[in-house]
Amino acid sequence: MRAVRRLVRPEQIRVFSLVLVIVLAVVFFGSQIENYYNARLFNRITTSVAILVVMAVGQTLVVLTRNIDLSIGSIVGFTAYFVGTQLATNNEMAPLTVALLAVGMGALLGAVNGVLVSYGRIPAIITTLGTLALYRTFLVEYSDSQSVITSALPQWIIELPTRNFLSFGDLDLRTMFIWSLLIVVLFQLVVTYLPWGRRLYAIGSNPEAAHLVGLPVRGTVLSAFVICGALSGLAGFMYLARFGNITVVAGLGLELQVVAAVVVGGVNIFGGTGSMIGALLGTFLIATLEQSLLRWVIVSEFWRDALLGLLILMAVTADAVILERVRTLWARSELQMTEIEVQPTVEIQEGGYEV
Amino acid sequence: MEHSGMWRRLGWLKRWEGLLLGLLIVTVIINSLQSPFYLGLSNQINTFQLFIEKIIVAIIMALIIINGEIDLSVASVMGLAAAVLAYTVDAGWAMSAAILAGLVAGVLCGLLNGFFVARIGLPSLVVTLAGLIMYRGMARILLEDGSIGGFPDWFEALGQDPFVGPIPLALILFILLFAVGVVVLHFAGIGRYIYVIGNNKEVARYSGVNVEQVKMGLFIASGVIAALAGILLAARLGSVRGNTAEGFELDIITMVLLGGVSIFGGSGTLAGVGLAILLILNLRNGMSLANITGNTQTGVVGILLILSVLIPNLAQTIRERWLRRRTAVKVITSET
Repeated sequence: MRAVRRLVRPEQIRVFSLVLVIVLAVVFFGSQIENYYNARLFNRITTSVAILVVMAVGQTLVVLTRNIDLSIGSIVGFTAYFVGTQLATNNEMAPLTVALLAVGMGALLGAVNGVLVSYGRIPAIITTLGTLALYRTFLVEYSDSQSVITSALPQWIIELPTRNFLSFGDLDLRTMFIWSLLIVVLFQLVVTYLPWGRRLYAIGSNPEAAHLVGLPVRGTVLSAFVICGALSGLAGFMYLARFGNITVVAGLGLELQVVAAVVVGGVNIFGGTGSMIGALLGTFLIATLEQSLLRWVIVSEFWRDALLGLLILMAVTADAVILERVRTLWARSELQMTEIEVQPTVEIQEGGYEV
Repeated sequence: MEHSGMWRRLGWLKRWEGLLLGLLIVTVIINSLQSPFYLGLSNQINTFQLFIEKIIVAIIMALIIINGEIDLSVASVMGLAAAVLAYTVDAGWAMSAAILAGLVAGVLCGLLNGFFVARIGLPSLVVTLAGLIMYRGMARILLEDGSIGGFPDWFEALGQDPFVGPIPLALILFILLFAVGVVVLHFAGIGRYIYVIGNNKEVARYSGVNVEQVKMGLFIASGVIAALAGILLAARLGSVRGNTAEGFELDIITMVLLGGVSIFGGSGTLAGVGLAILLILNLRNGMSLANITGNTQTGVVGILLILSVLIPNLAQTIRERWLRRRTAVKVITSET
């Protein structure tokens, strides 16, 4: 048992059980839906994962610091529309310029959130609930009830979502999907190895302590929000490429799916634990459910949100009830192995730290 | 020392409420200069009517936030209760049975939220965020993308027509609930518990307060009141869709926080929330008179929400700096 504990960490069990749930879901839907295992379904899932996971990576950075960003749906909508109109009026713009414009716009909106949270000391939930409404208002005002239409866009952006990086028969690996996987890997490395990434965990585990040991808490939180905004801007660019037609309701409610994906992926909503790989798996589960429900005859696609909510509740409860216990068990056996005497003061308490 | 400390805190609250009162008076004066109809009784009642469901829910939301929790799912509970009502009416149920079914749906939502928050001890933020998605999803399952209307005339009349004199039923319910809220929060033992738990849950528990019971009670009350508000909304609008009441939580939480209730719990009064409600209603009414669209009004409410937390924070920072400088000066003068 000790050997097992030494090899496997609780977080790995969490990731492994999530993989298991995804496999079970796929097997279940495969038994329910005729001709389920085909390339088109895979392509659909990966295309919707591509956009969601870019946002989920940004959201994870913010959630790791014990904050939350609910405004990302509005950021995606605003950047998609903003970039779309720029591109529609000037078809000559270079692809890289367009993408950078979207990222910059997103970073700007994220910076507003970040400044209000870190320097204005407004709880993130309040700030981003406010900016969720505010950015949507910007979009509606800016659009003047016009919408971006596919026919006004240049050919390269319309073809972008169907461009393949590699294909095996019908099974395509779309370029956009590969990009987003690269972003996941990049940020997984960042949060694992860079000092900045480790700081996110330190701040999320205990903001007071992080401040007392001299970590730049405010600056780090601000930068997490800026990067979250920038990635949402990139997602806005991908959203424009995928849908072409952008109206004022673009990206509405995406934040809920992303928060769901992140929480299901094992990123603790109270900060300090979680990984990009987890967020990716959470996104996969949600995209699989969504695409499968669309084709399952027994229930309508309207079941998606109800199931999404239930899934969040189950994931959070499982984390709080089961994973905490596993963690305590692991920590105790760790103490025994290193033969440190367990003082009452260092005994791990359930519930953990609270502000 | 204890005494003066308490006075200073009360004084600050008075100033916040005084600020709200001042803003309200300014808004009323500007509005009445803008339109001669503004101060008329029918316009004032109409102002309340347009937001009546939100302000009813704001009362219980104030209690929950003072208690140190939050309920993000209220708007979805409103939508679900309205959807259950519409669905059961459509299935041929009697109106009274359908209303009861809507209220029961609210109780169940409240129970579920309360169970996970009070019993299992999960953060209310996540639980009610999941609730926000889940209950809205259930409403969508019931109504899909259609809308159901055609309620009996008497039911729609309850939502639209005056009930006593010129006053509609919902406004009477709001006034009654507000009175009950004031008594519960400021004049009853349970009100003290709500504040104590909001200030420090652990201390409250060790002092023998049944934290679990109080929180459970508040979330169930929130479910029932949100369901009631949803049913009133169905009566006023005359039809229900899957997205009925979507996004209402923003307005409701803004009203409460603007009223001086701390998002961290433990402080705030219903008088402040009442003033904030009047301020927002008159502000929105004025913006409508000035032909500002509903969307821009939502943006303004979003800014108000941020400012209502930012301003007290900035004030506190400035006061802390000032106090520090004053003590520093004292130390220097005493040393020399």
